[in-house]
Amino acid sequence: MAENQTYYVPEQSKWPIVATIGLGVTLYGLASILVNGGRGESTTGAWVMFMVGALIMAYMLFGWFGSVIRESRAGLYSAQMDRSFRWGMSWFIFSEVMFFAAFFGALFYVRMFAVPWLGGEGDKGSSAMLWEGFQATWPLVQNPDPEAYPGPREVIGPWGLPLINTLLLVSSSFTVTVAHHALKAGHRHTVKVWLGATIVLGLSFLVLQAEEYVHAYQELDLTLQSGIYGSTFFMLTGFHGAHVTLGTLMLFIMLVRVFKGHFTADNHFGFEAAAWYWHFVDVVWLALFVFVYIL
Amino acid sequence: MYLVFSFTMFLLGGSMAMVIRAELFQPGLQIVQPEFFNQMTTMHGLIMVFGAVMPAFVGLANWMIPLMIGAPDMALPRMNNWSFWLLPCAFLILVSTLFMEGGAPNFGWTFYAPLSTTYGPPSTTFFIFAIHIMGISSIMGAINVIATILNLRAPGMTLMKMPLFVWTWLITAFLLIAVMPVLAGVVTMMLMDINFGTSFFDASGGGDPVLFQHVFWFFGHPEVYIMILPAFGAISHIIPAFSRKPLFGYASMVYAVGAIALLSFIVWAHHMFTVGVPLAGQLFFMYATMLIAVPTGVKVFNWVATMFRGSLSFEAPMLFAVAFVILFTIGGFSGLMLAIAPSDFQYHDTYFVVAHFHYVLVPGAIFGIFAAAYFWLPKWTGHMYDEALAKTHFWLSFIGMNLAFFPMHFLGLAGMPRRIPDYALQFADFNMISSIGAFMFGATQLLFLLIVVRCVRGGEPAPAKPWEGAEGLEWTVPSPAPYHTFSTPPEVK
Repeated sequence: MAENQTYYVPEQSKWPIVATIGLGVTLYGLASILVNGGRGESTTGAWVMFMVGALIMAYMLFGWFGSVIRESRAGLYSAQMDRSFRWGMSWFIFSEVMFFAAFFGALFYVRMFAVPWLGGEGDKGSSAMLWEGFQATWPLVQNPDPEAYPGPREVIGPWGLPLINTLLLVSSSFTVTVAHHALKAGHRHTVKVWLGATIVLGLSFLVLQAEEYVHAYQELDLTLQSGIYGSTFFMLTGFHGAHVTLGTLMLFIMLVRVFKGHFTADNHFGFEAAAWYWHFVDVVWLALFVFVYIL
Repeated sequence: MYLVFSFTMFLLGGSMAMVIRAELFQPGLQIVQPEFFNQMTTMHGLIMVFGAVMPAFVGLANWMIPLMIGAPDMALPRMNNWSFWLLPCAFLILVSTLFMEGGAPNFGWTFYAPLSTTYGPPSTTFFIFAIHIMGISSIMGAINVIATILNLRAPGMTLMKMPLFVWTWLITAFLLIAVMPVLAGVVTMMLMDINFGTSFFDASGGGDPVLFQHVFWFFGHPEVYIMILPAFGAISHIIPAFSRKPLFGYASMVYAVGAIALLSFIVWAHHMFTVGVPLAGQLFFMYATMLIAVPTGVKVFNWVATMFRGSLSFEAPMLFAVAFVILFTIGGFSGLMLAIAPSDFQYHDTYFVVAHFHYVLVPGAIFGIFAAAYFWLPKWTGHMYDEALAKTHFWLSFIGMNLAFFPMHFLGLAGMPRRIPDYALQFADFNMISSIGAFMFGATQLLFLLIVVRCVRGGEPAPAKPWEGAEGLEWTVPSPAPYHTFSTPPEVK
């Protein structure tokens, strides 16, 4: 620990309030879209609100990160600030892990308990009486009440697109690490190439994932409405996809910063944070591949 | 160094908002429609838990942790500021549901599916987003606390030399980061069920409403410790200060808090013994729950041992602290009764449960906050508060609170269910006593507002260390503490 170094305290900033207004307006707009749409009323006003909120959010993100980057470039941050950022990012990733844990927990509960009970296993006889003749299988293609929730015709097998996607993400984790090592060694040109490769891999993953969704919706009747298999499938892969999008965006910003000549061999936490996030997204995908697709 | 005025505004605004929120809420009884009554119980629970108790502790953390560990401010002040501003935003949305078509959420603060999904009012969607915003705010607040504690401690302050309030907050922050995302997950599943036709909580699609309860209580049980652990920490400062003795068993206190936090992750299903958990599950959760009594017992023992043969004096913070120990123990015992699965079948969803958690939350969390507020008020404002008024506040609160909640034990044992606007005649007497007590307790809190306002505006100047027996870095600086108190780190031996 650096002895007797003074603390750095940033000047006051307007961004937190802008961020709050942005987030509040966005979500209020979104909720209005859903509620009014559900009632069959006009959602134009709600859409306007949502878009305005989203614009404020975008403005805020640019501004906030912009000012942090400027301060960092100006050399205002000490090693202590750097450690604070590291702790902050690590615990943020941990909270994301717990967020996914909730959905994985739901998946396991449904597969281990809820569906077998409905099929009459164990001492939960009463749940079997609800829908007689219901067979507990997984993937669940025949729902307990097919009238309310028509099941999917078929589910997506693991050895086609999902396998390719797995390879894409795993190799992207590799390329981002190569880029990181190059940055530490000061080979800036290598960084650009490998970081660019990572982004391309991430984008191809997203394209294939979109392809898979279209296939599921149009040909397999596997939708959000097709019972618990579709619910867990789209919830898990969907949130993962959203995180990949975010991760790609972060890496893209890092690439732009590298082109602008930011980062030094030993001061590049922004890059590392994006790389950590990318590895996290990768690990989540591996868990998804095993538990959602294969098993 | 620069001054961060916005940060100060956050503290002032935060503490005022807390006081106001804590004051506002009195669920109406005789005059309202049952539908509206349901909305009131729901909103009361949500606002007290997320709006009053949690922000109050976050406020205390923001003010006291930097002072206690010798830091100028929290580690990530802008994020901190954002996490504060999100709270009023979330509550604006939440409260606005009261004026929407179909009314506010009316399914209880635990928002069990399918009451909140299939049968919920349209405003539920707004409620879900409000919970999301609160969750973001809590997670950021917690990340900040952890980063501050791990990174900005003064040189020489090892982990095992940290003040207990800091320790309890470190562990609380860990709990928050672990469970708030799970809450976000469960409300997201609700959102999908309501608006996008998924079937997480609908058995006809292969889901299960009990799944909701599992995920919710995985969040919910650590959540109750989130609300009590910082109070433990504050009390562990106050009792030694007014006993003029060091805290008995510091290390065991730290380990006890850690044990409580870990156990809190494996006891969630004791809230749902009656929904049809398998026998093995009931046994496991019953024993795990009872295990929590052990570290809690250690803490109570240590507090009592600290007071034992100390030279005690009873200023307002100490009064609240002693009441905390006694009444929290009562709440703990009724918790043990509820933990026994076979007898829980009898008490479940009666007023006994209501009595139990109000005994832990009101004299636990709320008295903890009052004790901490009186204890540190001279440090914050630079003035002494009016001791006579504060004592009056304590005694009225103490009597009112017991009058309000003690009869609920009897009501519950006699079989009165919770969350109903009307009841059988044999319960009338106890209910009347309880209501009188509640009004007394509620009105008394205006006195607290008065005391705080008078203390902020003036009064006898406070010395750097107003309490003779108090220990810690925060008492080494003048009262009120200057902005960015420690711009260079102090040495701790």
